Amino acid sequence: MTVQQISVFIENKTGRLAEVTRVIGNAGINIRALSLADTSDFGILRLIVDSPDKALQVLKEDGFTVSKTEVIAVEVPDRPKGLNGILEKLDQAGINVEYMYAFVEPNGGEAIIIFRFDDIQRALEMLPEMDVKLVKSDKIFSA
Amino acid sequence: MKIWDPVHECMDREALRELQLRRLKQTLDRVYHNVPCYQQKFTDIGFHPDDLQTLEDLQRLPFTDKEDLRRNYPYGMFAVPMKEVVRIHSSSGTTGKPTVVGYSRRDLDTWTELVARFMTAAGVTAEDIVHIAFGYGLFTGAFGLHYGAERIGASVIPISSGNTDKQLMIMHDYRSSALVCTPSYALTMADRMERTGLDPQSLDLRVGLFGAEPWSEEMRREIERRLEIVATDNYGLSEVMGPGVAGECLCRRGMHIFEDHFLPEIIDPETGEVLPPGSVGELVITSLTKEAFPVVRYRTRDITRLDYAPCDCGRTMVRMQKTMGRSDDMLIIKGVNVFPTQIEEVLFQMEGCEPHYQLIVDRVNNVDTLEVRVEVNEKIFFDEMKQQKAFVEAVEKRLASTLGVGARVKLVEPASMPRHEGKAVRVIDRRKL
Repeated sequence: MTVQQISVFIENKTGRLAEVTRVIGNAGINIRALSLADTSDFGILRLIVDSPDKALQVLKEDGFTVSKTEVIAVEVPDRPKGLNGILEKLDQAGINVEYMYAFVEPNGGEAIIIFRFDDIQRALEMLPEMDVKLVKSDKIFSA
Repeated sequence: MKIWDPVHECMDREALRELQLRRLKQTLDRVYHNVPCYQQKFTDIGFHPDDLQTLEDLQRLPFTDKEDLRRNYPYGMFAVPMKEVVRIHSSSGTTGKPTVVGYSRRDLDTWTELVARFMTAAGVTAEDIVHIAFGYGLFTGAFGLHYGAERIGASVIPISSGNTDKQLMIMHDYRSSALVCTPSYALTMADRMERTGLDPQSLDLRVGLFGAEPWSEEMRREIERRLEIVATDNYGLSEVMGPGVAGECLCRRGMHIFEDHFLPEIIDPETGEVLPPGSVGELVITSLTKEAFPVVRYRTRDITRLDYAPCDCGRTMVRMQKTMGRSDDMLIIKGVNVFPTQIEEVLFQMEGCEPHYQLIVDRVNNVDTLEVRVEVNEKIFFDEMKQQKAFVEAVEKRLASTLGVGARVKLVEPASMPRHEGKAVRVIDRRKL
């Protein structure tokens, strides 16, 4: 139960981020969550959108370097220590987080964390055992 | 102004041409009989050294280029047995195998004389203390200047390169009066002096002999102003001899080529046609006296112009302008020869990708910088920053070991580099030379 994430290479220069959002916005694609990792030269923009395949296609057509990555969305109680509880469990299980970012689900009142693990298969096996609730992609895409 | 060897340096040009013709015949004879590569070249066009009647007949002969030297690596171009070779130097070898050059005892003597000529032309005398901050090794620079300075009778400090603080201490304490190094290292020294508060007035330095890399008139003025010296230029390449092929006199309107030992031609680099006097083109040199490693019509790839007008110094030898560029795409970065194709090879080795790339060369605080811009594509784009950075570092590491000089890799978006008529502009050199 993974979620598809679109990653875009962005050179660190003015207007590039706006160009990405313009391209996917014009295609009628809605952004649900995003994160930007950056260096002084370039950034990697990670997007969760309601139609990832279409986003991939329109961005490629516009000349961007894009890739699709499987990530895991986890529901976290929207209260103090909600995230900490999960991170400690991951730590105990020895599951390494490559990166993560979060957004709050406006309707459900839950926080959703997007995780990229180094060993995604193992994470998928362990997380339910640890009482961590995974979120299906349709819920994320269509809220 | 003193002239080291007025008999030759101020020769009547008719007499010079006679001397050149006689020496050229000897050279062609030598290579024909001793170097299979030349024998083949001559035979291919039905030429025998006896066919040479005038200097112009040389134009019938094919060129020698770096590829010939590489094919005959290491000793195939030598015209004397190894027991007569007393010194071996080589080029940097950054495009693959280095070029190995040899010197007979007489070659070393000639080399020493020619360096003495241009050092004298720059005003160096037996009174001087010559500070040689070129690296001693296979590179021809340091040893060439070293023996020339000794021949003049100057006191030589063979300090070699590096450790700027120590250089300055010795320069100050030992009262160095003539500095030998690359022009960019002279400015590095000036920077260090300013930072450490060493006043050039407290030094005895009065003249600088700079070479081994291209530099501008603007850079000359900066060196002269900051070090309070007279800065002079000299020219040479290991394949032809090393420093001492040409050097500036104090009139400083071009470098006198020592034509009694080297026959210069200017050609159109595209067609190979010899251009009329005064034209800008590629310098081609034939050695006239070298025993161990003669070259016939060697393509230097350096673009320059020859000026035959008489010089106020009294020397009759033709002057070459500072080189204006290269007829191939070689870059000289921190004194190291770099070809864009080497960088291309490194990039193409990475994960089998074939990215577009561009080289940005600049000079920041008098130090050459090389930035390699690489257009990202799906094969070299990683969603994880750790992996993306590791890729950049891996390319940088491979470039450093291949080129022998550090380069910064910058990933850019696809199609961000200009492509003219389908052909990419590979090099942007922002150094103002």
